[in-house]
Amino acid sequence: MKEYKTITSVTGPLIFLEKTESIGYGEHVTITLPSGEVKRGQVLDTSWDKVVVQVFEGTRNIDKNTYVKFSGDVLRVPVSHNMLGRIFSGSGDPLDGGPKVIPEARLDINGLPINPYKRAPPHEFIQTGISAIDGMNSLIRGQKLPIFSGSGLPHNQLALQIARQATVLDCKESFAVIFVAMGITEEEAKYFINDFEKTGALERGIVFLNLASDPSIERLIVPRIALTTAEFLAFTYDMHLLVIMTDMTNYCEALREIGSAREEVPGRRGYPGYMYTDLASIYERAGRIQDKNGSVTQVPILTMPGDDITHPIPDLSGYITEGQIIVSRDLQRKGIYPPIDVLPSLSRLMSKGIGKGRTREDHKSVSDQLYAAYAEGKDLRGLVSIVGKESLSESDKLFLEFADAFEKKYVAQKTNENRKIEDSLDLAWEILSKLPEEKLLRVSDELIEKYMRRFKNAPNKTDEI
Amino acid sequence: MEWIFGVINLENKGIIYRVSGPVVTVLNLDAKMNELVKVGQEGLFGEVIEIENEKTIIQVYEDTSLLKPGDEAITTGMPLSVELGPGLLGSIYDGVQRPLPELSNIMGEFIKRGAEAPGINREKKWEFFPSKKKGDKLSPGDVIGYVNENEYTKHLVMSPPNISGEIVEISEKGNYTVEEVLCKLHNGATIKMYQRWPVKVPRPFKEKMMPTVPLVTGKRIIDVLFPLAKGGTAAIPGPFGSGKTVTQQQLAKWSDTKVVVYIGCGERGNEMIDVLTEFPQLVDPVTGGPLMNRTVLIANTSNMPVAAREASIYTGITIAEYYRDMGYDVALMADSTSRWAEAMREISSRLEEMPGEEGYPAYLSSRLSSFYERAGRVITLGGKVGSVTVIGAVSPPGGDFSEPVVQNTLRITKTFWALDSNLSQKRHFPAINWLESYSLYYDTLKEWFEANISVDWDRVRSETMEILQKEAELQEIVQLVGADALPPDQQFLLEISRMLRETFLQQDSYHEVDEFHSLKRQFALLNAIIRFSRLGNNAIEKGYELEKILKLESRVDISKVRYRKDFESKITSINENMSKEFKQLLGEA
Repeated sequence: MKEYKTITSVTGPLIFLEKTESIGYGEHVTITLPSGEVKRGQVLDTSWDKVVVQVFEGTRNIDKNTYVKFSGDVLRVPVSHNMLGRIFSGSGDPLDGGPKVIPEARLDINGLPINPYKRAPPHEFIQTGISAIDGMNSLIRGQKLPIFSGSGLPHNQLALQIARQATVLDCKESFAVIFVAMGITEEEAKYFINDFEKTGALERGIVFLNLASDPSIERLIVPRIALTTAEFLAFTYDMHLLVIMTDMTNYCEALREIGSAREEVPGRRGYPGYMYTDLASIYERAGRIQDKNGSVTQVPILTMPGDDITHPIPDLSGYITEGQIIVSRDLQRKGIYPPIDVLPSLSRLMSKGIGKGRTREDHKSVSDQLYAAYAEGKDLRGLVSIVGKESLSESDKLFLEFADAFEKKYVAQKTNENRKIEDSLDLAWEILSKLPEEKLLRVSDELIEKYMRRFKNAPNKTDEI
Repeated sequence: MEWIFGVINLENKGIIYRVSGPVVTVLNLDAKMNELVKVGQEGLFGEVIEIENEKTIIQVYEDTSLLKPGDEAITTGMPLSVELGPGLLGSIYDGVQRPLPELSNIMGEFIKRGAEAPGINREKKWEFFPSKKKGDKLSPGDVIGYVNENEYTKHLVMSPPNISGEIVEISEKGNYTVEEVLCKLHNGATIKMYQRWPVKVPRPFKEKMMPTVPLVTGKRIIDVLFPLAKGGTAAIPGPFGSGKTVTQQQLAKWSDTKVVVYIGCGERGNEMIDVLTEFPQLVDPVTGGPLMNRTVLIANTSNMPVAAREASIYTGITIAEYYRDMGYDVALMADSTSRWAEAMREISSRLEEMPGEEGYPAYLSSRLSSFYERAGRVITLGGKVGSVTVIGAVSPPGGDFSEPVVQNTLRITKTFWALDSNLSQKRHFPAINWLESYSLYYDTLKEWFEANISVDWDRVRSETMEILQKEAELQEIVQLVGADALPPDQQFLLEISRMLRETFLQQDSYHEVDEFHSLKRQFALLNAIIRFSRLGNNAIEKGYELEKILKLESRVDISKVRYRKDFESKITSINENMSKEFKQLLGEA
């Protein structure tokens, strides 16, 4: 172990050292202040002349008399099966008054990329009990499906409902939930923890907390610690992990902070040019591996600044994740919970996990039909506001009514309402049955006959071709 | 610092001075630009990207954690090259051509660093059939024989572009590994079953030809409205969720080429495994064999090292050029070139270069254009005709097409398929916007379509484009006054364009019949819609009610025919029925 007292400068979260021996890139660092306080950090840049260290806990009180010790190794976290049911800080220390974790292994928090060749294709449908997700943007085990939200929207309730209700059909084993808080308020954190305790999810879960008042740089390591733990449990203990990370926006802010402290050339809106790669190193740690039972499923939550989906944070996330669930302010104002705007929402893995033998044969078609019909109804709303309802054709009026019914009956449900996938699909047919049959181009005649006919009062003669 | 200076000045060794992410600075290394260098105790591979006085700057293709100043760096004397030989087809490689199955044998499910694995299997024996004999003169690119790479593909063994001479010895028919010398020349040069080629140097050819043959993709909107030529270039830009990857994968499945090189550049791991599990089960539309047999996959997922991402595009195009040199048509899909450009930006910013637009390096434009320029339909050195078609996906931030990567790509590519998130939200796939997209190849391809499919091709296509264009104009009016306020002929035009959109432009990638339509089918379907439009217009002119025309049975039938296995007979009967119905309608009043 090499220890130095050669700090030359301190800027933002970074310290610069001179006259060190050769220090490895990415080495884990312990910093001891004259007061005895200990901080931790990581080497960001190393050369003969100069070593740059980012300090996770912030650089407050660091002076030139501070000792810096290089560990000769990357940051490793202790992981263990016994971590279940516990609450930890953003750097992995116990916060619940319990004992320290006795490690089964110490793992590099950066993990390693899964060899794409050894990945197993995700195809197990997760029933979340929420129609807008199950029916139209299905979550699949091993997927990374973020919730894009805005400030003041009920994304937390939604995430909790998913965590409570998520089950895989024909599989008794429930998910173990890992909850990662990055820069959220204590109040929000309490809300989550109370709910976990109430429902018993905490017994099978782990909480990592970095609160708004905690050092921002720590936000860069919490998700990595949590995912390292998740991977360990998934691929050593064959567990199914659901990792909820909130709020990724705070993570990205911390990334920007480091970037500007290092005087890097900024990319869009001041975020570093490597933000895509950096986010990918988090999001890509979801998935399944061949010949292993466990899985890691991610539901990151991010609040879009100004509800702007083209902002770099949601934008880059969207390019990496396998879809997105979009929470809309308009629906929220209409009093609809969960206010999921299905049109821009998407689950890229959906088609792998649904259909005959997985959910039901009509799932894909009926979902496409809902999309098409709702999109048409929404377009018509724009028209109505200009020309008035009277000038619409009969069939247009039906589409307009459909859009309302879709929002009020299909999307909306109670926070504790757990709908089976069959119920969600039947509900879809029920509201579709109000539309003229010849306008239902996305569903075949056989499916209409099999699933929709019973919702029609009388069969329509003109449809028999 | 004395501890360092003791060991420097060895000829091809240098000492690491600085490590900053994937960028490593080495002192006193006698290296050439773009030379491959091994750094550190683990011998991580990197490439020389800058030489500045005594400092040599290297981008390392693997994770550099715990690499230290003072560690050694050794030159290899070679630029980054790929191995070209039998066994490429059906393989999956990382960005620097290490076979991923091999890596998983060495290190398990996760990719650790420092492993070496040759791109071409050294042990496997291939049956070689010579086609030249002793005394024959050999020019660069000449074929000396072939091996059957798989049931469907003859892999030609060629003399490398820099080798020529008179054959003094050639192996007989028999089984050989790729390392065995098959042919010796009078000047001492030897030819093996495989050759190496530096990835950043385009493989030479005799002459570039005009692209006059379409690349048939089976996608109606592409083949009819915005066709791509064999040897052409196309860009697919679109925001996330607009279906870039699905479109790329569909093209990889259905393009009528002999070989497909698919580069997953900085994309999702789950998507690569999708291709890997699906392709072996799918049927190649050209040969009827498994689709995987014609595919080379290159996977650098977004969490794999960024410098290897930069290399992956070059690795892919070099492999594509190699099969082109055998006289084959090759399609290369790069998904996504934006990630490639971002990798360049990342390296550039680590080098503290002066940034250009949006932080991208100033050489972004020249790198992109020299990559796309490697596409083309050519006469090869060996005198065959082969082609490389390049289809690049672009992922513009925020779906903004004015950003540098899209703009620089559009300046060089000739076909532009603009993906539109409004369409994808309506689940209209492929979500290619028909008003914004274009193909500059259409004029050169027109003759081919007219000669091979139908003399009416151009007429029907122009009529379609006209209807779609008019619809866009009418929609603006409809937004103000409602559709009912329009005269009947305009209302009819809206209905026809709706038919075009819903039954012709839209295509279901998950439906076994609809996902691929032959050019003949595409034309027949479009022709039926246009015919209905003409007959309908005629009837409206004569004063017949719009309602009655829209209720005709043939109209409903057209909308469902694309799913039918008996498409040909059905479309004929629809056309007959259509004539009959209109006659009745006109005769009735």
